[in-house]
Amino acid sequence: MGDYYFQMQDMAVGYNRKTLIHDICISIEKGEIITLIGPNGSGKSTILKSITRQLKLIGGKVLLDSADIQDLSYKKLSTKMAVVLTERMKPELMTCHDIVATGRYPYTGKLGILTREDEKKVEEALASVHALELGDRDFNQISDGQRQRVLLARAICQEPEIIILDEPTSFLDIRHKLELLSVLRQMAKEKGITVIMSLHEIDLAQKVSDRIVCVKGDIISGFGTPEEIFCGDRIQELYEVENGFYDPNFGSIELSRPEGEPQVFVISSCGTGIPVYRKLQKENIPFAAGILYTNDIDYQVARFLAAEVVAESPFEEISEKSLQRSLELMGKCRKVICPGVTVGDCNRRIRELIDAARDSGKLEMITETGKQ
Amino acid sequence: MKNVQKTAASVDFHMENLKRRMRYMAVFAVLLAAFVVITVVNITWGNVDISMPDILKIIFFREGSEMEYNIIWKIRLPRILMAAILGGALSLSGFLLQTFFENPIAGPFVLGISSGAKMVVAIAMICFLKKYNFVSSYTLIIAAFTGSLLSLAFILLLSRKIRHMATLLVGGIMIGYICSAVTDFLVTFAEDSDIVNLHGWSLGSFSGMSWSNVQVSAAVVGVTVILTFLLSKPIGAFQLGEAYAQSMGVNIKVFRVAILLLSSILSATVTAFAGPISFVGIAVPFLVKRALNSARPLVVIPGTFLGGAVFCMFCDLIARLAFAPMELNISTVTSIFGAPVVIFMMLKGKKANA
Repeated sequence: MGDYYFQMQDMAVGYNRKTLIHDICISIEKGEIITLIGPNGSGKSTILKSITRQLKLIGGKVLLDSADIQDLSYKKLSTKMAVVLTERMKPELMTCHDIVATGRYPYTGKLGILTREDEKKVEEALASVHALELGDRDFNQISDGQRQRVLLARAICQEPEIIILDEPTSFLDIRHKLELLSVLRQMAKEKGITVIMSLHEIDLAQKVSDRIVCVKGDIISGFGTPEEIFCGDRIQELYEVENGFYDPNFGSIELSRPEGEPQVFVISSCGTGIPVYRKLQKENIPFAAGILYTNDIDYQVARFLAAEVVAESPFEEISEKSLQRSLELMGKCRKVICPGVTVGDCNRRIRELIDAARDSGKLEMITETGKQ
Repeated sequence: MKNVQKTAASVDFHMENLKRRMRYMAVFAVLLAAFVVITVVNITWGNVDISMPDILKIIFFREGSEMEYNIIWKIRLPRILMAAILGGALSLSGFLLQTFFENPIAGPFVLGISSGAKMVVAIAMICFLKKYNFVSSYTLIIAAFTGSLLSLAFILLLSRKIRHMATLLVGGIMIGYICSAVTDFLVTFAEDSDIVNLHGWSLGSFSGMSWSNVQVSAAVVGVTVILTFLLSKPIGAFQLGEAYAQSMGVNIKVFRVAILLLSSILSATVTAFAGPISFVGIAVPFLVKRALNSARPLVVIPGTFLGGAVFCMFCDLIARLAFAPMELNISTVTSIFGAPVVIFMMLKGKKANA
């Protein structure tokens, strides 16, 4: 047990002595990025606030480098842990330099006068988040994305071993999200700084984190590597997604599929079907798709959007069963769309399908038809 | 990113700080010069004309006609010093409360703290004068301090329920009215001999200050200001908000109590000797911060103290001389100069928020 850098042992957290989440046992190694995910109001912030001692623990312990953080003085803790919070701050007459410089607080003297050394560290911290050009700007007059970067620089300037961030990416556009997270990644791997944060963007959480903590209701419903957490329906269960799908492989989300018997049959491969699926989905027309190999990109989307997918194992010849099922479905549909399909040795029987569609007069070919 | 860097290259932090220090020095030089000028003017101007050479003789060699000697040593000098000490104390108290409540319009007068102090002092005066025919300076300060804390406790209770700052200020103003009403009531029913004393004081004035008043307030205010100055660092951290301050290593609970006690002692001392004085606590810190272009406690604390001293000495000069031999209440004058500043602040604040 002693090897871990940061540990929450049987931690119970909440407000005003009321427990919200209990039995939190999480152990983290140095330089790891841990992300808390979970629905709104699930208590991610409460956990973070308890770790940073803004809230009193209701039970259990938090160990930092095998020392109980309750026993550390605020001052000692401040040299080990820095925070980036969601609270909007409105400092008066402070430039971004000044904001970052407040990170030097634990290291300056009684009156907090900055040395030349401190000034240099402020510049370095700003440079590390690519925000040098913001230095002398008034903190209240920069954009949210810039502000978030400056606050991260402030935390870096505090030279902590661990940084706690509460939803650092909210308010940020996609570019700034990616920038911020890659800075975190770099910090964790190059400087060995441990990062604990909460994120709303589960797709980003999956890609940036070493470990994921799922917070739901009054317990931690999952803790593990992204591979362990992002599989099957776990994410959908965590967020209680009912009107759509989350694809854990690509982190993509889909709206729910049109209900009812398929009215259109789509024959495609290699991604040509995706725009058609989306169009049908937006028009709320139920459709079937086939015959798709399960490793085809079209299959990944079709399984969420199509009413039925006729699928075949990769590189196998198309079986009689699949062909018959497809013909049957096609018979019920009023239209067959073929936005182009690549035909090779294994799937040559797909031609039979297209021919049958053409004979029934339902076939609609779209633009390029691939190898026919 | 590269484009941004080209168009808006930032000044390096070291340069920025050097430039700032120049500005700080300039502002302090101006404040000190103003202090000297206003002190000289205050000593020289008055209902009785005394020539400059005579004044110098009286001050440095203690020689001159007895009447003039008494005017300078027993009336003008203590009054000037009190205006300076108490003006500084009041402004600093305002700055501390603004930091605490994270609102630039907070101040001892607006939050009803001065009025609470006034009420308890009035009660103390009436009781003590009746029994012993005498009230010591310390008794007054303790009474004022008690009153300040009472009002403050009430405000804090309100602030727990009311998160909205404007409502809280209205609450403070109401407390102020209630306390003033009680004071007026007491004054009405006090004995004649008390009334003269009470009435002038309860409206605010620097007149009738003695050297023992100066000594006591200099000691109390001096110690408090030094303690406040030593707290500049955590005050600076607190300006980013409680949570950040804590993450930087400030013990928030202890710190909050310290700030409230210090600001109460400062405003209580003022009220005990000069009665409630309005707007100084808001206007001066605002003006000083603009002048310094910084809210850094390390410079704002001494700056505010000095600025408050100059401001109150200036206002007292006008109170004494504008309609001489009649004297104005000090609050009348501070309001005339202070209130417009506060209105300007609010207009500016609106713009910044929009």
